[in-house]
Amino acid sequence: MVDGNLIQTENLVKIYPMGSSRITALNQISLTFRTGEFAGLVGPSGSGKTTLLNIIGSLDSPTSGSVEVLGRKIETLSHREAAELRNRSIGFIFQTFNLLPVYTAYENVEFPLLLLRTPAAQRKKMVMEALDWVGLADRADAKPAQLSGGQSQRVAIARAIVKKPELVLADEPTANLDAKNSHHIMKTMVHLNENLETTFIFATHDEKVMRYLKRKITLDDGRVEKDEIFEPEARK
Amino acid sequence: MIIPKLAFKNIYGAGLRTWLNVIALSFSFVAIIFLQGLYNGMNDQVEKATVDAQYAGGQYWQNDYDPFDPLSLNDAHGKITDKLQKLVAGKKAMPILIRPATIYPNGRFQNALLKGIAPEQKIVSMPTSVLLTETESIPALIGSRMAKSTGLKIGDDVIVRWRDANGTFDANEIKIAGVMKTDVSDIDNGQLWIPIEKMRAMMAMPDEATIIVLEKGSRFNAKVDHWQHKDLEFLLQDVRALFLTKSIGGSIFYIVLLLLAMLAIFDTQILSIFRRRKEMGTLMALGMTRSKIIQLFTLEGAMHAVLAAVLAAAYGLPLLIHVAATGFGLPQATDSFGYAMGNRIFPTFTAGLVMGTTLLVLVVTTIVSYLPTRRIAKLKPTDALRGKLT
Repeated sequence: MVDGNLIQTENLVKIYPMGSSRITALNQISLTFRTGEFAGLVGPSGSGKTTLLNIIGSLDSPTSGSVEVLGRKIETLSHREAAELRNRSIGFIFQTFNLLPVYTAYENVEFPLLLLRTPAAQRKKMVMEALDWVGLADRADAKPAQLSGGQSQRVAIARAIVKKPELVLADEPTANLDAKNSHHIMKTMVHLNENLETTFIFATHDEKVMRYLKRKITLDDGRVEKDEIFEPEARK
Repeated sequence: MIIPKLAFKNIYGAGLRTWLNVIALSFSFVAIIFLQGLYNGMNDQVEKATVDAQYAGGQYWQNDYDPFDPLSLNDAHGKITDKLQKLVAGKKAMPILIRPATIYPNGRFQNALLKGIAPEQKIVSMPTSVLLTETESIPALIGSRMAKSTGLKIGDDVIVRWRDANGTFDANEIKIAGVMKTDVSDIDNGQLWIPIEKMRAMMAMPDEATIIVLEKGSRFNAKVDHWQHKDLEFLLQDVRALFLTKSIGGSIFYIVLLLLAMLAIFDTQILSIFRRRKEMGTLMALGMTRSKIIQLFTLEGAMHAVLAAVLAAAYGLPLLIHVAATGFGLPQATDSFGYAMGNRIFPTFTAGLVMGTTLLVLVVTTIVSYLPTRRIAKLKPTDALRGKLT
């Protein structure tokens, strides 16, 4: 992999069996993402955005082709190695937040650090720092049921970035949020991207998100239709 | 240590669902221990009552004596040999002479066993001192069952007919000197206890006996001509066999209770796995391995058993201690159970029973918790995140 390249996919194909037929979700995708990018996979439903994101995140494996993330070939990783890669280097943000319901905001953010066996004192500092980044330090003791949608998504962002991963993958992060919260969330992620040099890749079809992207990759029917670089309006 | 911490947080956070399971499981703990304690208590009580009233420290049987063959009784008597006589003289054993007879209570006739016993004996817990009463007729002690079946009561006279050693029929009047309440039906039903010396004279069997009962704790088991030593293991084997048969029903109940408790845990686990598929997907996305997730869910199930044991100890221990001290009342028809039991059973709860049951439930709960979680091993993270279970 070329220096500075965080992710490289070559001729990536993903086919799902569907009864007796087969559906090609990704067809010959070859892409490269560099460290610090703020990129979005856009396109209509069923275009393959989430599938590509899942494969990059080692949650799924390709049918053929290769995907290299942080120097690791995803298609060759065992379950345990994939889990370790996600634990150390990749943060996930989901459309439905996916916070653990019985834990407080603090405990949700702390969870990845517990898996990494981070010492308690350092863990506490990192969790409070992450909650501070997303402006929720004062809601640390609240449980997900006590948080609004925007606040829940900000906790999910704090959870994704608390371990300072090289890569954050966000699947429709604003789909369940109103316009005000969507902009707030996006600004938070832009801030983290600029300050922590974390690479963000979004799967979205939300225009509000697209306004913040530096790179927009349009997928259609499992193929890359366009790959554009921007100087986003919203960042100016 | 992360898995136990997370498991504790999860079951604590599950709130009412956790407590309902824990309460149900704790009932099983207490019920299983109570039931086993009850059977142990019955067992102990039956053996103690039988030993106290009948077998004491073991017996010697005259060679021809067979308690299951009434026809053998005519010949089942013999002189007490020197070795045994020494024990009798030293009050370390007592002779009992047993002969078949016929009694005529209230104009009817009824077969009975005449049993001669020393009125002053202290070897078995029978109120034989009532036989010391000086009466012209022969004093007799009967049990309450015998009194009920014959309609006899203290002070009643009843004619008894027997055959002596020469085969000659003879008859006399017997006066009921006492009616004893005993838990052991084997010394009661169809039996009349009279002073042995009078009986020997009636039967023309001086210095003879059918069985010799050794004092409690006796270690005497020497070989004696014409007499066979029967230790408590032998004498109690029928009682124990009967008890074993009866306790099978109890064991089935024990297993049903355990199965019900396990079913509750199994259902909870299945429900948890279905309800928490998305949570599992999130845990996988955050970097938790499948084996760790399986450990987490298994431990959550096992922790229900730990909490149930704590809860069961909190309310179960005082309850069981109280029941062990005050006993458990039995209905009047207890005799029909075939046990030598009193009106109350005192359950016996040993440390082994409590620890064994706790350990058994913990182990079984852990296994039952693990079984459904194996499905997690087949779960793809993407399916789990979508709420699918493959």
